[in-house]
Amino acid sequence: MTGEVPLWEVFIRPRNGLAHRHVGSLHAADEVMALQAARDVYTRRGEGNSIWVVPSKAITASDPDQAAENFEPGEKIYRHPTFYDIPEEVGHM
Amino acid sequence: MYSQGLIGADGRTEESPEFLAAFQARIDAEEKIEPNDEMPEGYRRTLVRQIGQHAHSEIVGMLPEGNWITRAPSLRRKATLLAKVQDEGGHGLYLYAAAETLGVSREEMTEELLSGKAKYSSIFNYPTLSWADIGTIGWLVDGAAIMNQIPLCRCSFGPYARAMIRVCKEESFHQRQGYEIVMTLARGTPEQKAMAQDSLNRWWWPSIMMFGPHDADSQHSDQSMAWKIKRFTNDELRQKFIDATVPQAEFLGLTIPDPDLKWNEEKGGYDHGPIDWSEFWRVVKGHGPMARDRIKARKKAWDDGAWVREAALAHADKRRARKMAAE
Repeated sequence: MTGEVPLWEVFIRPRNGLAHRHVGSLHAADEVMALQAARDVYTRRGEGNSIWVVPSKAITASDPDQAAENFEPGEKIYRHPTFYDIPEEVGHM
Repeated sequence: MYSQGLIGADGRTEESPEFLAAFQARIDAEEKIEPNDEMPEGYRRTLVRQIGQHAHSEIVGMLPEGNWITRAPSLRRKATLLAKVQDEGGHGLYLYAAAETLGVSREEMTEELLSGKAKYSSIFNYPTLSWADIGTIGWLVDGAAIMNQIPLCRCSFGPYARAMIRVCKEESFHQRQGYEIVMTLARGTPEQKAMAQDSLNRWWWPSIMMFGPHDADSQHSDQSMAWKIKRFTNDELRQKFIDATVPQAEFLGLTIPDPDLKWNEEKGGYDHGPIDWSEFWRVVKGHGPMARDRIKARKKAWDDGAWVREAALAHADKRRARKMAAE
């Protein structure tokens, strides 16, 4: 079979004020057709008011196995507010 | 997500005992496996086969119902049936996309369905002879599918589990509209009630066969359970389905066509009569009454759609070229 149709990732914002969230993928020849297909497939029950489509090949993904090396969260406790002692009398801060 | 980069990629993993033990430990800890994670080749193959079959079933499942869209008895029923068939197409898409994250392309899967290499649920190789069958399919076939699919929402493979959550949300309407159709017929004229009973007679056994062979004869079950692709065995799911469905049939005043069906106080469930597995295997192997028609219809749809796919790609190329020229 010739002419593979490109893959797109679909993101939907359920309503204003929320972030777009990945909901799935679909194949379409271009971005206009991808948006139309996304509307048909992913918003049949009023799931959102804004759709993004992104070519899947445009996404660069990190390797989850390396997440610990990226952030070392355990060693940087001074980033958290509870690391600092503030006397009770000062009140809420 | 996780994209076309994976398609055709070599999915082999270094399967040392340490690797397999570490993988199993992740599964046992209820961690989800995501597409870019290392996984045993068997895990990948099992999922590609299962998700592919599941996707094909959704797509082929549109055919028996599509048969009645033009003859639905009212505008309300027609609108419902159209919406349901559209949902099935969507379910097929979610599932194909989940399988694609494992490195198989949509084109390969389509080709496997059309060549007869890939299987789909044997239930769709039975014909829809009367309007009552549309009700019975929603009630029993979608009901059995829901029993199967709810535990799949907790499947260890992330994209499959996420697809199933979407599917299950939509599937509930399918079962309820089906039961409503059967209920309307069961409360109608004697002829309508007879039509509902006839439909139940034809679909009951194929429906309980949907859960697959008995546990003792199911070749993929143990490993799939260990990998938490499956959460319940075929027989466990079949039992749940029967226990849920018998009272629904009683409520309608319809008789389940199994003379051996009776309540077993001790196990707190129904015992059922022997299942004709020779029929099951005959239908799985493509000798169902409608098997040839189903694949023929899919081939025709694929071939008739070729010019649309080509035109869409050509149009996209043209727009891209125009845009480039303007820049």
